[in-house]
Amino acid sequence: MDQASAFVIEPRHAARQRLGERIFRGATVAAAVLVLVLLGGVTIALIKGAWPALSHFKLEFLTRQIWNPVTEKFGALAAIYGTLVTSLIAMAVAIPLSFGISIFLTELCPAWLKRPVGVAVELLAAVPSIIFGIWGLFVFAPILQRHVQPWLIDTLGPLPGVGALFQGPPFGIGILTAALVLAIMVLPFIASVMRDVFETVPDVLRESAYGLGATTWEVIWQVVLPYSRTGVVGGIMLGLGRALGETMAVTFVIGNAHRVSTSLLAPGTTISASIANEFTEAVGDLYTSSLIALGVLLFLITFAVIAAARLMLRRLDRKALTSV
Amino acid sequence: MSRRLTRKSANIVALALSVGATAVGLLFLGAILWTLLKNGLAGMSVHLFTQMTPPPGSAGGLLNAIFGSAVMTVIGIAIGAPVGVLAGTFLAEYGGNSRMATVIRFVNDVLLSAPSIIVGLFVYQVVVVPMGHFSAIAGALALAVIAIPVTVRTTEDMLRLVPQGMKDASTALGAYPWRTTLSVIYPAARSGILTGLLLAIARVSGETAPLLFTALNDQFWSQNLNAPMANLPVVIYLFAQSPYPEWQQLAWSGALLITLTILTLSISARVVVSALQPTRRT
Repeated sequence: MDQASAFVIEPRHAARQRLGERIFRGATVAAAVLVLVLLGGVTIALIKGAWPALSHFKLEFLTRQIWNPVTEKFGALAAIYGTLVTSLIAMAVAIPLSFGISIFLTELCPAWLKRPVGVAVELLAAVPSIIFGIWGLFVFAPILQRHVQPWLIDTLGPLPGVGALFQGPPFGIGILTAALVLAIMVLPFIASVMRDVFETVPDVLRESAYGLGATTWEVIWQVVLPYSRTGVVGGIMLGLGRALGETMAVTFVIGNAHRVSTSLLAPGTTISASIANEFTEAVGDLYTSSLIALGVLLFLITFAVIAAARLMLRRLDRKALTSV
Repeated sequence: MSRRLTRKSANIVALALSVGATAVGLLFLGAILWTLLKNGLAGMSVHLFTQMTPPPGSAGGLLNAIFGSAVMTVIGIAIGAPVGVLAGTFLAEYGGNSRMATVIRFVNDVLLSAPSIIVGLFVYQVVVVPMGHFSAIAGALALAVIAIPVTVRTTEDMLRLVPQGMKDASTALGAYPWRTTLSVIYPAARSGILTGLLLAIARVSGETAPLLFTALNDQFWSQNLNAPMANLPVVIYLFAQSPYPEWQQLAWSGALLITLTILTLSISARVVVSALQPTRRT
């Protein structure tokens, strides 16, 4: 090739390149649009499947506790109640624990220990939910039944007010057990988000506070936490989203009773556990449709929570980018 | 003096609680792994890999379930990964900060955390109902839907790690973006994309909820993609809840197998990433 022609682009070559560009770009756009289509498809398919039940029961579906496949009367109240209560208890347990873990990882941990502990937390997050379920059923529930629940019933049961939450026999499985297993499951998720969020806090801020004589705890509580508040809340919401939709772990240990009980020790159910348990055995269109309607409810609730979480974490990303 | 003392003791209490929280977290990880090893190893034998899932009350293995899980995972990833990699490429190379890319990124993040049982219901509605029966292909599609957002996310992150200078050099040589992507960016991000695939496989191979009403289960050996197919997660779910000790034992062994597979995958993904780390810094 002589020197002059090296700078001349053959027309045929250029045309081929343009065609390749159009095809490749088209393929990536198509794949990206497919992601949107998926979300849209999920929404449409679920609403279509739930329509018979929703139009039959109307708003009563949300407010009735009855769940009777024989008379074909279905209400989602018990499942909604179970979902919200287990998730809230799980968050109440998991938030302080994951806050502690993330503080340990970012502020206290010696450098050599950081990676092993961090990886261990991430491995806990990788354990599939069915493993938590089988462990919860065979190991955790019996321990609670033998050692924790009798104590709760004896000491907290007689108290006025709170006592109502700890009534009845110690089944082992039930709302409380499901909530605790959920707490263990979402713990690593919240902890790793919080850790990542705390790491975005510029060291200059920490060092200034230390320079003014603040203790480690004061630096965390008055500098690190306020700076990263949005991200921390985002991480918590992300964990909440997981807890609300978690299926297999809960199905094993919740007891599957469509009942709203004041006692946390009583068996209950959640939206996802009801679907997992009953869907393949559901006979009749109305039964199947009611279960899909439960799915729609779960989708709406988790969508709102996850969307809020992502928006909060997104704003944090931008903040981290502009301020560092 | 007393104010200083309260501050100091508050500090010590808070930090002790933090160490305690970490200990509790690690304790649970340890407890779960220990139970799995103890109960799972008891049932480890060659039969696990050579025999089919047994009827109640007799001994057997998990061969058909392991095979089914492998088949559905491979098909699911084969469908989901190319879509995910292409969509991730769009976000990293073409989309930029355009409105469309921002929306897709957001939707993808939502799908990433959406409950997997919803995916099961979706595939049931659009595949199982029209086909009229449960099938392995429906299970594989459900797994693909779960694999896509994971791959999109990791692909975009990994492509963004490729230094801008390399892209600019390629563009300066007259290469169109697609040439740059195929010949420069993909090779440079190869191990990163591989990590994404490993993470997607890890995520998919433990999923139970989306398989319950798509692939269902089969007690026997089946290679028919158009029929229900046994798979490890659903077998564990059914056998663990059964009253038969042989089945429960198989459930524990299956649980150990799945967990070891997933932990191996996640650890190797991490090793690949940390091998990448030096290039990320420069």
